[in-house]
Amino acid sequence: MKIACCLKRVPDSETRVKIGADGKSLDEAGVKFVLNPYDEFAVEEGLRRRDKAGSGEVAVVCLGPAAAQETIRTALAMGADRGVLLQTDKIPTDGFETAKVLAAELKDGGWDLILCGKVAIDDSSHQVGPMLAELLGLPCVTAVAHLEIEGTKGVAEREIEGGIEVVEFPLPAVITADKGLNEPRYPALKGIMAAKKKPLEVKPVQLGAGGIEVLAMTLPPERKEGRIVGEGPDAIPELVRLLREEAKVL
Amino acid sequence: MTKILAVLEQRDGALRKVSPEVVTGARRLADALGGTVEAVVCAAGTVQGTDQMGRFGADTVVTLTAPAFAKYSPEGYAQAIAERVTAGGHAAVVFSASATGKDLAPRVAARLGVALAGDVTDVAVEGGKVVAMRPVYAGKAVLKVKVTGTPAALSLRPNIFTPVERPKAGTAETVAVQVPAGRVVVREIKAAEAGALDVAEAQIVISGGRGMKEPGNFKVLEELALAFGGRAAVGASRAVVDAGWRPHADQVGQTGKTVSPTLYIAVGISGAIQHLAGMRTSKVIVAINKDKDAPIFKVADYGVVGDLFEVVPKLTEEIKKLHG
Ligand SMILES: Cc1cc2nc3c(=O)[nH]c(=O)nc-3n(C[C@H](O)[C@H](O)[C@H](O)COP(=O)(O)OP(=O)(O)OC[C@H]3O[C@@H](n4cnc5c(N)ncnc54)[C@H](O)[C@@H]3O)c2cc1C
Ligand SMILES: Nc1ncnc2c1ncn2[C@@H]1O[C@H](COP(=O)(O)O)[C@@H](O)[C@H]1O
Repeated sequence: MKIACCLKRVPDSETRVKIGADGKSLDEAGVKFVLNPYDEFAVEEGLRRRDKAGSGEVAVVCLGPAAAQETIRTALAMGADRGVLLQTDKIPTDGFETAKVLAAELKDGGWDLILCGKVAIDDSSHQVGPMLAELLGLPCVTAVAHLEIEGTKGVAEREIEGGIEVVEFPLPAVITADKGLNEPRYPALKGIMAAKKKPLEVKPVQLGAGGIEVLAMTLPPERKEGRIVGEGPDAIPELVRLLREEAKVL
Repeated sequence: MTKILAVLEQRDGALRKVSPEVVTGARRLADALGGTVEAVVCAAGTVQGTDQMGRFGADTVVTLTAPAFAKYSPEGYAQAIAERVTAGGHAAVVFSASATGKDLAPRVAARLGVALAGDVTDVAVEGGKVVAMRPVYAGKAVLKVKVTGTPAALSLRPNIFTPVERPKAGTAETVAVQVPAGRVVVREIKAAEAGALDVAEAQIVISGGRGMKEPGNFKVLEELALAFGGRAAVGASRAVVDAGWRPHADQVGQTGKTVSPTLYIAVGISGAIQHLAGMRTSKVIVAINKDKDAPIFKVADYGVVGDLFEVVPKLTEEIKKLHG
């Protein structure tokens, strides 16, 4: 099976956000970057599918700065075969621009399966996977938490409000991974060593201006300082009174 | 005349709760641009509730029908909506960032060749252009963005755009559309337990964390949910979902659902940053925790320090009195 996984380099979920000097972006000083957690599910799924098929490859593709080589190495250490860095100084805010660059790289690749994360945890766009699928003319199922593939037929399950949607689709296809799809492995020391020798191709790319202009980045409005109503069950009548009379939510 | 398209949602022939929210967001743009709102819904036949959309500011409500629309059809819906926009020259297309909207909106945007501002919490018009607020970094920052292309495609975070009465004609129309069956086909929807409300849709969410000690103890929270009548759902932290105590569908947070209920009650949850990511836009937050230094108290409007097994039953009792 020929499988491609799209990876994004994102700030760790524990990051304390400081706004940069331009007032429009994250101050990256001291920020630890990681492989987007949902992309770990994508890589893991790719590896399992490749190994089950007994042949093929898992290629990982990342649009990002030079430092994203490290992100790609993480996936190689998990077991992916090769990496491609589409190098740019700045990852676009407009996910459609990202999708276009990825599509240009992946078209005519003869992929059986293209895996993305359901969302990147930094800008939470929820869009690159399905946009990529549209650009490539491939069927797509998003936010997949369970996947079965038999030959060129796939069945996927995705969570919707109040239920689970069971979706059938033909391969080749684009799938975006949700939590629950699998348990991503941790790279073993052997994998980390091997990753250093795996091919990693770097290609500079040009990006369009995109259709989203960032005007400002701000910290969220502070929640109004809350208060401790009291201790133990005795505080409950007062809590209920506050919820009714002050917050007016009951 | 400037036209805004509001994409409604239905399941089993009835409009979903996010529909009036989308009309409200679209109306706001239409008012600012001096335009009209056309609401559309894809369905196999008539849809219950479409006659209510005029109340919230829809000038027309168009049901796009096709046999393939008995269930959600990703490719069919995308084609029908993209064609509608191409033919109608709408200035903006507004979706909900529901599970379906998150799947559909990027497909439509890509077909139209435009950017998508997803999961926004506020919209306005500045200098004739749509601007929107988007939470990023799990809600730790907010981006103000201008959508420069046309049409502007947006999806609205559920539960944030409280429907506002803004009566318009709401003239109904049905248009049969030609779409292929599509390669991606929804076979079935396995419904969650009958009557169980989804945490993403409930007005009140009561979430339990590791402090619940064991799965069976969640009945304490279920009893409280029951006391609120049909309005409350029980959610969970990742710790208890990972432990297998609760299904993933109930998880609130960065790798679970984003909820914005009127009232969020966190019980035995410490308030890790990844949990806060999923609930910090709730209108009112109550925390019940035995540790007075738990970080959850920093975001809670009201906190009660104490043993949840004493505090929650008392709360249930008081709520029952209210509704009794
Ligand atoms: C990439 C990533 C994604 C994540 N995504 C999510 C996510 O989506 N959602 C999420 O929730 N977490 C997420 N997490 C995990 C998160 O970091 C925390 O580990 C998790 O939220 C902790 O769950 P908890 O609050 O239930 O447990 P704990 O942190 O163990 O807190 C239990 C709390 O219960 C209190 N308590 C104990 N007994 C009682 C009692 N009898 N009465 C009252 N209080 C009591 C304790 O004081 C404590 O504060 C994520 C982590 C990572 C790294
Ligand atoms: N810069 C990028 N390079 C490669 N893949 C990306 C990039 N940005 C997003 N993706 C992929 O698209 C998914 C969803 O991202 P997003 O639409 O930005 O939330 C991610 O989980 C990745 O799989």
